Amino acid sequence: MGAECKCHCEQDNKLDALFAQYKGNPNGLIVVMAAIQETHGYLPKDLLIKTAEELGVPLSDVYGVATFYAAFSLRPRGRHTVNLCLGTACYVKGAPEVQAMLEKEMGIKAGNTTEDRRFSLDLVRCLGACGIAPVMTVNGEVYPRMTAEKVAEVLAKYE
Amino acid sequence: MNFAELELLRATAKEAIKLRLGEEPSDNYKYHVLVCGGTGCISIGCQNTLEALRKAIDSHGLQDTVKVVVTGCMGTCEMGPVITVFPEGYYYCRVQPEDAEEIVTSHLKLGKYVERLCYHAADGSVQPRKSDMTFFKKQKRNALRNCGLINQTSIEEYIAMDGYKALAKVLQEMTPQQVVDEVKKSGLRGRGGAGFPTGVKWQFVLDQKADQKYIVCNGDEGDPGAFMDRSVLEDDPYSVIEAMTIGGFAVGANKGYAYIRLEYPRAIEHFTKALNRAREVGLLGNNILGTDFSFDIEIRVGAGAFVCGEETALLASIEGRRGEPRPRPPFPAVSGLFGKPTVINNVETWANICPIIINGGDWYASMGTEKSKGTKVFTLAGKITNTGLVEVPMGITLREMVEDIGGGVPGGKAFKAAQTGGPSGGCIPAAYLDTPIDYENLAALGSIVGSGGMIIVDEGTCMVDLAKFYLGFTQDESCGKCTPCRIGTKRMLEILERITKGLGKEGDLELLIELANSIKASALCGLGQTAPNPVLSTLRYFRDEYEAHIKDKTCPAGVCKMPRKGLKS
Repeated sequence: MGAECKCHCEQDNKLDALFAQYKGNPNGLIVVMAAIQETHGYLPKDLLIKTAEELGVPLSDVYGVATFYAAFSLRPRGRHTVNLCLGTACYVKGAPEVQAMLEKEMGIKAGNTTEDRRFSLDLVRCLGACGIAPVMTVNGEVYPRMTAEKVAEVLAKYE
Repeated sequence: MNFAELELLRATAKEAIKLRLGEEPSDNYKYHVLVCGGTGCISIGCQNTLEALRKAIDSHGLQDTVKVVVTGCMGTCEMGPVITVFPEGYYYCRVQPEDAEEIVTSHLKLGKYVERLCYHAADGSVQPRKSDMTFFKKQKRNALRNCGLINQTSIEEYIAMDGYKALAKVLQEMTPQQVVDEVKKSGLRGRGGAGFPTGVKWQFVLDQKADQKYIVCNGDEGDPGAFMDRSVLEDDPYSVIEAMTIGGFAVGANKGYAYIRLEYPRAIEHFTKALNRAREVGLLGNNILGTDFSFDIEIRVGAGAFVCGEETALLASIEGRRGEPRPRPPFPAVSGLFGKPTVINNVETWANICPIIINGGDWYASMGTEKSKGTKVFTLAGKITNTGLVEVPMGITLREMVEDIGGGVPGGKAFKAAQTGGPSGGCIPAAYLDTPIDYENLAALGSIVGSGGMIIVDEGTCMVDLAKFYLGFTQDESCGKCTPCRIGTKRMLEILERITKGLGKEGDLELLIELANSIKASALCGLGQTAPNPVLSTLRYFRDEYEAHIKDKTCPAGVCKMPRKGLKS
């Protein structure tokens, strides 16, 4: 881990500002970690150690928070994030079939990243778009009324 | 901005939206075309429709007489993209870019509405205007009063719709105790699910002596199938900001936090924009409206944990820790955020505050039932014709919700049950369709109002599978702190998985019930205490389905994959 970290890039300025803002203040932990997740796509080990030192939080607590929240990932993610909603409305309207097809097309189980790091597939609970269920998003772009048949066509758009 | 300037701004702003309120406008506009920019409509391409409309309006030279406004969710998500054309309120559904030309040439030029785009009811009748639509007729909108009617982040349009009237009234005429009394009088109960009287909660915090108090808005809406808080945050953010400010005045807090879940990026964007705008014009920050009252709000974005909707977990998350609940007492009203007295209310609860202040607690209490006052927002979804967002007076019957507002179950299938309250709730079968919906009645039926998610299921849904779905959800989202929830729900889920694979055995149902009752009695927080509800409730009304899975190894709805008969598994 840490190999993917783009050190000393401009994104780090944003992090440095946050480190300064929350120096010695454990209350900023999630805010700082969310910024790392956003700029790096995951939480590199060296940055977590730095977070612990800067905010004055034991590293074990940082790890505890990292593994508690679904938004944080300790491993690098795919270039494209596919989120399939498994809320109730989506579930009763056929999301499980879409999930099966996604897993088949990608060759991975949900919650994982393809070996070529093209896709990460996650199951999410209710995107709040129940009117157009089943819903899937790719990098935030919403695909309404998904069916298993549409899966290949949608994935083909993302290299 | 001071009070006089606010009223001046209101007068100007009101002129600009008069046409939408059925009044004679003083400007040149003949039509306002409102395009729904709610998340549902955006995802099915309202942007293209919007551009096509703008282009067609320009090419016919109508840009000076037709105003195009992007609004929040109009409520009928299934029919998007939707647009409303004022002054009459004609309501067009599934408007595609190629429909723009006809709307302009026929409606906006000749005044002849386009019938084929209007809402067609199941009985074949056409309901061209909003006021004609059965979907809207039984609704009464308080929390959603501005959704779908005004530009989402325009403070001017919000002010035109009586925005900041309540705050001005509070700061000019009322004492903190009077504000709390008014909220108490309204009978408003927490709309997040627990239903605790809001005014009583405020009184607790007002009575606390402390150097610092906090206001928190719980926007961690997590129940699958519920999206009312998202809509309010996206479509009418100022209504929450103003209400939190009033709450701050009422209990003596000068700092608020709005905790919004990560999965709602547009809510975060709009709320941030609204906060900045409110600060810019002096309606938030130091010396609001020129008084000595100061109040500010900070956004905290959730990091993806359902349990953070539980108030003590949410507070832990704001403090930067794992979102694990803690035992109460002490309640947040005594020791909340950073150990200080804290009012924490749900988004929809906040959205009801301003109308209560303006119209009085008695006015709000005149709606609803004896113990459940006012209106409640429900999200209708699942196997129902009109999926969407509705706000109705408490006491409306389930039948009115499903048949009149929802337009019934599509595809000629039979209504089987309404699932209310998400993973903390239960189901209500067809036999109870005439039950008036309120906190007490739903509790008596073994379900809850909860946050207001209402999923309709038809004969093609297996109730055992549905119970398994909910339990899978709570098991997945259990924070793991207390044993009953962490291990108990796991054991229950294993039994349900067995049953739905045709491997259920004698005694499974009794064991499920025993586990369910122990978890309910011993779990630490609301998540665990209510997690067994979907199982108990489906067992209560659909026990025969469970037994068919166990004894006959068949799934009556044909959902669960059972081993073929005669085969030993």
